[in-house]
Amino acid sequence: MDILLQEVGYSYAKDTPFEKRALTDVSLHIPSGSYTAIIGHTGSGKSTVLQHLNALLKPTEGSVMIGERKIEAGVKAKNLRDVRRQVGIVFQFPEQQLFDETVLKDIMFGPLNYGVPEEEASRRAHELVEQLGLPPEVLTKSPFDLSGGQMRRVAIAGVLAMEPDVLVLDEPTAGLDPRGRREIMDLFHRLHIQKGLTTVLVTHSMEDAARYADRVAIMHNGHCVVTGEPEEIFSNEEQLGDYRLEPPRTIRLQRKFEAKAGIKLGAISLTEEALAKNIALALLEGRDSE
Amino acid sequence: MMEKMIFGRFIPGNSIIHQMDPRAKISFVFVFIAIVFIANSAVTYGILLGFTLLVVFLSKIRLYFLINGLKPVFILLIFTFFLHIFFTREGDLLLDIGFIEIYEEGLRQGIFISIRFLVLVFITSILTLTTSPISITDGIEVLLGPFKRVKLPVHELALMMSISLRFIPTLMDETGKILKAQMARGSDIGSGPMKERIKAVVPLLIPLFVSAFKRAEDLATAMEVRGYRGGEGRTRYRQLDWRFVDSLSLLVLAGLAGMLWYFRV
Repeated sequence: MDILLQEVGYSYAKDTPFEKRALTDVSLHIPSGSYTAIIGHTGSGKSTVLQHLNALLKPTEGSVMIGERKIEAGVKAKNLRDVRRQVGIVFQFPEQQLFDETVLKDIMFGPLNYGVPEEEASRRAHELVEQLGLPPEVLTKSPFDLSGGQMRRVAIAGVLAMEPDVLVLDEPTAGLDPRGRREIMDLFHRLHIQKGLTTVLVTHSMEDAARYADRVAIMHNGHCVVTGEPEEIFSNEEQLGDYRLEPPRTIRLQRKFEAKAGIKLGAISLTEEALAKNIALALLEGRDSE
Repeated sequence: MMEKMIFGRFIPGNSIIHQMDPRAKISFVFVFIAIVFIANSAVTYGILLGFTLLVVFLSKIRLYFLINGLKPVFILLIFTFFLHIFFTREGDLLLDIGFIEIYEEGLRQGIFISIRFLVLVFITSILTLTTSPISITDGIEVLLGPFKRVKLPVHELALMMSISLRFIPTLMDETGKILKAQMARGSDIGSGPMKERIKAVVPLLIPLFVSAFKRAEDLATAMEVRGYRGGEGRTRYRQLDWRFVDSLSLLVLAGLAGMLWYFRV
């Protein structure tokens, strides 16, 4: 499902003394089936953009097209349930949204709200708990008895259970241990491929953006300043610096390696695997020419 | 929705009202609340309303913002207005359409009570809008000082108050966040039939309680860690400063009371 933001502007608490402008003239196209990472410095408007993607916030200027549905500034939008079913959001610290008596009921909450039959919702819950690497017995426990990491997984399951077409992730792994981070990000990527989801990842982690995304958008001071492929975005260190961002670790290491060894690697390394491969290729080449 | 609420919010500024001593402002509000009940005629209620608008003007807070922020209160106000209109049966009959009968006295009472309500809400809102929670607490602590003799835990009360005031905006923001998260999961408290809306309250309140308790616990731990022991022997960083405007404001209030008394019927 395509999402198209056209000249979107947004001010929080409009027409009060607390009015605060968050977005100015943001145009952004999220093509169906893409994995888009939105990166930017703290306070650049990333999370505000994200809430426009399923009409939790309505633009105060411009318009947002979500699939066939157009949400325009100044026009009252009614019946947004359909949009919200199709676009699932995993918020920052999603464990805060848990409330039900058991994990099973909590995961089923979303699907049931959107009219999925009970057995189907329960089937999805069982399946997701397994996919997220939780033991099946958590289903009957209270979500408040789980550890922080488990709560996070349950909350994510609660969003995935709605089987959205577009999955929007706001720093989904913040505060998790490195291994849990990787597992969850890999799971999202697997789902993205298997189910042909459109994924939008809002993140501080350049490494995650480089590893998973096929498109990257940079937000700066409420503007969407650059969009492009990860290779071009992350190889332009000067531009990243202008927006107070750093290239991913792999690229920084690649640059250091290039400077020390006095050779230039063939391609930009977005992942550790790619970096290893690029270095190996360069070394092989060097040996052959000797 | 949440961001428009103004209960317990403080808008920094440098109007004459902002600069007043919190002790003066708090005393002013309490005396004012008593004075409001002197009014009993069109002239006196008119004076009250005019005076209140003058205070709003002096505070440099936009009237539009104030009215907008107090919308929930107006629902209550309209409700009481109609209660008076429909259930007071005194004076001349003004209107009679079948089962609805409106009497002169009912209309009069309805309007007067509404003005009284409005004036009280405006003045108390101006107090919290122009005084930071910390100053309010400082003021109350000093004003309640004499009750320490009868073993009233004045400092603790003031502290409790300042903590509650401090956390109103935080909890509001949090409510907004959880509301959005549950809206994304298809439970919308803002639309749909009444039954659905009531059902949507539980997924909102439980996470809110959980996080409020967590916050309270964290705060208690943080205070304990830093060796907080309460008011005994504690000196103040912020000194209160009683100036001429403060005395003047109380004089003006006395003048207002006199005027109301004079015009009262």
